Amino acid sequence: MFLKMRDAVRLYGHYLSINVRSAMQYKTSFFLTALGQFLVSFNVFLGIYFMFQRFSAVEGFTYSEVLLCFSVVLLEFSLAEMFARGFDLFPGMVRTGSFDQVLVRPRNEILQVLGSKFELTRIGRMLQAVVMFWYGVSHCGVDWSISKMITIIFMLIGGCAVFSGLFLIYAALCFFTLDGLEFMNVFTDGAREYGRYPVSVYGKKALLVTTFLIPYALVQYYPLLYILGKDSHPFLIFVPLLAVWFLLPSYALWKFGVRHYQSSGS
Amino acid sequence: MKKYLSFFRLSFTMGLQYRAAALAGIVTQFAWGFLEILVFQAFYKSGSEAFPMTMSATASYVWMQQAFLALFATWMMENDIFDTIANGNISYSLCRPIRIYNMWFSQSTATRVSRAALRCFPILIVAAFLPEGFRMEKPASAWHFALFVITLILGLFVTVAFSMLVYVITFFTVSPQGVRIVFTSMVEFFAGAIIPLPFFPANWQSVLELLPFASMQNVALRVYSGSMSAAEMEKAVVLQLIWLTVLAMFGSCLCRLAEKKVTIQGG
Repeated sequence: MFLKMRDAVRLYGHYLSINVRSAMQYKTSFFLTALGQFLVSFNVFLGIYFMFQRFSAVEGFTYSEVLLCFSVVLLEFSLAEMFARGFDLFPGMVRTGSFDQVLVRPRNEILQVLGSKFELTRIGRMLQAVVMFWYGVSHCGVDWSISKMITIIFMLIGGCAVFSGLFLIYAALCFFTLDGLEFMNVFTDGAREYGRYPVSVYGKKALLVTTFLIPYALVQYYPLLYILGKDSHPFLIFVPLLAVWFLLPSYALWKFGVRHYQSSGS
Repeated sequence: MKKYLSFFRLSFTMGLQYRAAALAGIVTQFAWGFLEILVFQAFYKSGSEAFPMTMSATASYVWMQQAFLALFATWMMENDIFDTIANGNISYSLCRPIRIYNMWFSQSTATRVSRAALRCFPILIVAAFLPEGFRMEKPASAWHFALFVITLILGLFVTVAFSMLVYVITFFTVSPQGVRIVFTSMVEFFAGAIIPLPFFPANWQSVLELLPFASMQNVALRVYSGSMSAAEMEKAVVLQLIWLTVLAMFGSCLCRLAEKKVTIQGG
């Protein structure tokens, strides 16, 4: 078991180095794209900033509180994206039939799909997320106790799991549709974009859906209440970890998809 | 002129073929529109006196923006054009007795119009029957509607003229990725795609309104909902015309320069 894990990590590292070397062939393009990715998420931050120049609070959340929310969601998403965005190119693999190659190799198929293509330029977004996170954490006016720090780490773990699960579902659906479903973007990019405000802003129904169906609220709204001192129930510290369960149905759907896979392309 | 009209017709009919993609786009845009309006409503509830537009005008703005997304979204560019530069097929076009700039201009206009034509009607029709607060209102008057159509077309031309610069610059850089994403994110923000221009602080707004970005979607969407005064509209249309001329002239000069030095890639 342990050896197998070490082997997988080594393979993953190898994939990574191949991708880094190929990206470095187009250095200017790489840096410009990374800069662009940085700007794209910086835009969202500026949007929030300008809105709060005009309004003092939204649904009882102040600027600094929304900032913390935005920065945590952005980091959750970027972490998941770093590892699991390889699924983005999966529709192409299914369509051209190159998933066959993956199946005949004696390695885990998820590992191979993830390794096949890294979006290294997302480093720009990751950088932006880390800077924002640091800024959000230090400027939100929260008195950081041990339990609050643990909560935020749990949020990152849970959030990373939810977004990875969504990427996995996106890929799994390709087995049936043979093409990427644009609608899935609402759940991934849309969640990052609109997750900048606490879920309660979108109303009661949205809160219900994001608690039980796709557990965004578990990694965003509820633990935030604890961190911001709006609710001091200690159960809220562990709520983000519940969201990790979301990986199970996603993985099941993927496994089902792999079994259902019929080669296409030539 | 006639040959460019045929290029327009060709790309337009080709664009109409992608109906399933359009359907997926419509569903996505509905979701985005709803979430966007929910955010604005939450802000409206927290401080309606600080709101620069009425809530119904904001809802109309959001739906119009979603319906005509394909006209103004700078991230939707012609991948075919980038490909012809990267793989050297541009040489065929260079042999023809046509101006590259005009050909690409008519092609990308056609693609945008065809995409918007497929997507806008379902969105507009459904949005018109939504409950109060989400509903897209009727235009302020028949006169406003006429002006809306004119500024929509002008805005489309300004957007295309601006994205033409990216295509032409690709002649020099070969890989479009970097230039493209920097341009796109700049346009998105300054054109009012992230938050409408009236929501910016006053001093920012007065500068941004003069930039070419404000001549894209901003004018048409705000004319429709009647949130601009007559003098403001007049100024906005004049600015649109000026920017269109400047961008088109600059782009076509740059294109001519690039054609002289073009390197054919691939083999």
